[in-house]
Amino acid sequence: MTILVIAEHNNQALAQATANTLTAAQDLASKTNSEVVLLVAGQACQSVVEEAASTQGVAKVLVADCAALKQQLAENVAPLVVDLVKQENITHVLLSSTAAGKNIAPRVAALLDVAQISDLIEVIDADTFVRPIYAGNALATIKSSDGVKVLTVRSTAFEAVEFSAGDATIQSLPEAAEQGLSRFISEEVVASDRPELTSAKVIISGGRGMKNGDNFVLLEKVADKIGAAVGASRAAVDAGFVSNDMQVGQTGKIVAPDLYIAVGISGAIQHLAGMKDSKIIVAINTDEEAPIFNVADYGLQADLFDVLPEFEAAL
Amino acid sequence: MKVLVAVKRVVDANVQIRVKSDNSGVDVSNVKMSINPFCEIAVEEAVRLKESGVAEEVIVVSVGADACQEQLRTALALGADRAIQVQTEADLEPLAIAKLLNKVVEREDISLAILGKQSIDGDNNQTGQMLAALAGMSQGTFASNLEIENGEAIVTREIDGGLQKVALKLPSLITTDLRLNEPRFASLPNIMKAKRKPLVQITPEELAVDISPRLTTLEINTPAARAVGERVATVSELVEKLKVEGVL
Repeated sequence: MTILVIAEHNNQALAQATANTLTAAQDLASKTNSEVVLLVAGQACQSVVEEAASTQGVAKVLVADCAALKQQLAENVAPLVVDLVKQENITHVLLSSTAAGKNIAPRVAALLDVAQISDLIEVIDADTFVRPIYAGNALATIKSSDGVKVLTVRSTAFEAVEFSAGDATIQSLPEAAEQGLSRFISEEVVASDRPELTSAKVIISGGRGMKNGDNFVLLEKVADKIGAAVGASRAAVDAGFVSNDMQVGQTGKIVAPDLYIAVGISGAIQHLAGMKDSKIIVAINTDEEAPIFNVADYGLQADLFDVLPEFEAAL
Repeated sequence: MKVLVAVKRVVDANVQIRVKSDNSGVDVSNVKMSINPFCEIAVEEAVRLKESGVAEEVIVVSVGADACQEQLRTALALGADRAIQVQTEADLEPLAIAKLLNKVVEREDISLAILGKQSIDGDNNQTGQMLAALAGMSQGTFASNLEIENGEAIVTREIDGGLQKVALKLPSLITTDLRLNEPRFASLPNIMKAKRKPLVQITPEELAVDISPRLTTLEINTPAARAVGERVATVSELVEKLKVEGVL
């Protein structure tokens, strides 16, 4: 039996989330006596293929390299995956619970006429999985009766594999068809020297208490001293302080760094859903009653505009 | 152009839910229910398309028991023209809902379907993409901007680390993200008017869709609570503690 993982990449390197998804796949493989196959769909993605083939625990890398797959649009990737599932003895298809994975996975599942299980956090056996619902306030153990399971994997629930020490075979696939449904126009990816939110070891996030977007500079100064990523609550995004890709929470990014510093964040259910699995949580807030203090390992009740400069100076 | 919007009745975002003591599910009795926030954004976007003359008619659909008529009326009060309730007492999975919506898309000759990116109860983030697959439509998920130009939907999508712009051939499926728009409040006259707008009921049987479940929920548990933390009085005390923890 085969477990197919759809690699996430930018035609140059594998995304970090794929490293976590591969751990989930290998866990599943050991429980079902299966092998893990990684699909790299893209264009001119040779460096990704090499990285994939040298990843420990990957038995085979399937390569679909053609113009129709350059931007990995769901309309073109999904039929390719469906064909693979039908031809090979594939029992599970795994993608990361990222914007890219969440875009593609349900299209694959529906074309296969199977249910999808989103945000996998634990593998019980070949058919049974645990996933969070209601913003992580409940954990559901779910058993699937479908012959093929399509799953998205929550990165924070699985360690990352190293993209090394492997020796997978590489197999090229025939060119994928251009479905003619969608066309890529442009992409704006914010360039930053700071680490990515979802893979950062330390995150400092701001909420409505920051008062405006300009004040996020105070967080950035601290972040730059300790190599942290900068996040935000939905309230801060809603208020227009910062862009949505910085949002940590139920409908934003799910993170679990070693240290999470919540500044001026009250701690709504939706925000807690995105960060409560962090190892150490620090809350800085003027409101003694703020729910964020209930999940914080260390709480400092003080004015963030006094605390942040002092904190930066102390680092 | 006809636009379809799907809405879901969910536990209100501000309710702290509880897992039932027998671990069979989540206790949703006597809690406040609302229209799913992302569905509300979808309704708003469709109504704006109508107001700008791009859409001729906005049809709102919900799949569920009769209680979901409340959310359909909310959508009508916000400006949708008519409503369809696909009536079922069953707790349906996203695939079944997508199949039902696909039948409505076929029957109504829909050019654009707008759905929320996820519902805040199941957190699945599946139904829109599944509908697009079944209908053979293009998909613009996690949209933060939508324009209809020359028979295409130009969609700005929220992706990890930034934004992506795509051109989608119609008919197309859009799922809404937070920044697409800010939904209006329904005015009292519009709420009154909504009561007289047409709302029809159909059943999954009439649509000839097999809605049998593929998944079984074995149990629902409450996640482990975090240990109670401590308060620190000063920044220097905080820095000291974090150094001891080895995270600074």
